[in-house]
Amino acid sequence: MKNTGKLKATLLAIALLLSSSTALADGNFWQWLVTFSRQKEVQPVTNKAYQEECGSCHFAYPPGLLPGKSWAKLLEDKGLNDHFGENASLDADTLKEIRDYAMENAAEKSNFKRSRKIALATEEGDAPLRITEVRYIKRKHHDIPEKMIKGNKDVKSRSYCNACHTKAEKGIFDNDTVSIPNYPDYD
Amino acid sequence: MKNLFTVMALIGALFAASAASATPATNTLFAKYKAAGASGFSAERGQKVWTKELLSESGEMMSCTTCHGKDLGKEGKHHKTGKLIKPMAPSANAERFTDAKKIEKWFKRNCNDVLGRECTAQEKGDILTFLLSQ
Repeated sequence: MKNTGKLKATLLAIALLLSSSTALADGNFWQWLVTFSRQKEVQPVTNKAYQEECGSCHFAYPPGLLPGKSWAKLLEDKGLNDHFGENASLDADTLKEIRDYAMENAAEKSNFKRSRKIALATEEGDAPLRITEVRYIKRKHHDIPEKMIKGNKDVKSRSYCNACHTKAEKGIFDNDTVSIPNYPDYD
Repeated sequence: MKNLFTVMALIGALFAASAASATPATNTLFAKYKAAGASGFSAERGQKVWTKELLSESGEMMSCTTCHGKDLGKEGKHHKTGKLIKPMAPSANAERFTDAKKIEKWFKRNCNDVLGRECTAQEKGDILTFLLSQ
């Protein structure tokens, strides 16, 4: 009788271990739960090829700024041949590495707060091709006067995140880190 | 003795000539372009292709200098993203033309953007000869 009890306890322990490891594989929920830094922002780019290839023409947007369905469209096999009007073609191996990285770290795969919000905002409807088309991003920027963006020779467009977001490279986009060129007093 | 001096001078001149231009990467590419039927690369022809203005799909007049700038010893600026592009002249940027894969990647992209087609082996050899002389 005693032995059966022990056996049951062992089985239960194994079952618990198995189920928690499955949960870990399912999007790192537990890992997220025990982190002290609540991963408030967006995961910065950690892949060298992604950083170098995307970053050689523009700010290397962290993959957590768009959902996977957007990255799938942007980075499909011939997708980069016409990348917003530019030829940004890559060899097949590099493209695959970059696409895999983007898909694995897309908004809905991330536990970072802003990515969760972007995932939520893009859950329904067509995949946005521009980060500036994401509802959450639009809402966050809508009250900034156009003269400070389009009319600002040192900004020009919302696409240039790092023109104002001084810590964009680190995945940090909160208000305290914003500095609009030529408008030092804007809050 | 005099003969030895001549030989040494010749070797010296050869080194000086190669130091001013080619890298192992460009030597590989020149060989590749020759194998594709190109020959007699000319910096002058290269410069003509480099500066030739063409109407791009987006309706603006474009040449290589649109983004790379007129002075190859200085930084250029991407016409859309505004990203700074390091100088093309090897004399100003020692990293230039040291990676064959990278050179071919940018030829493919930029010829398509400016000329609306890929560059021929002859054009690439000419442009490379022109840029190496800067």
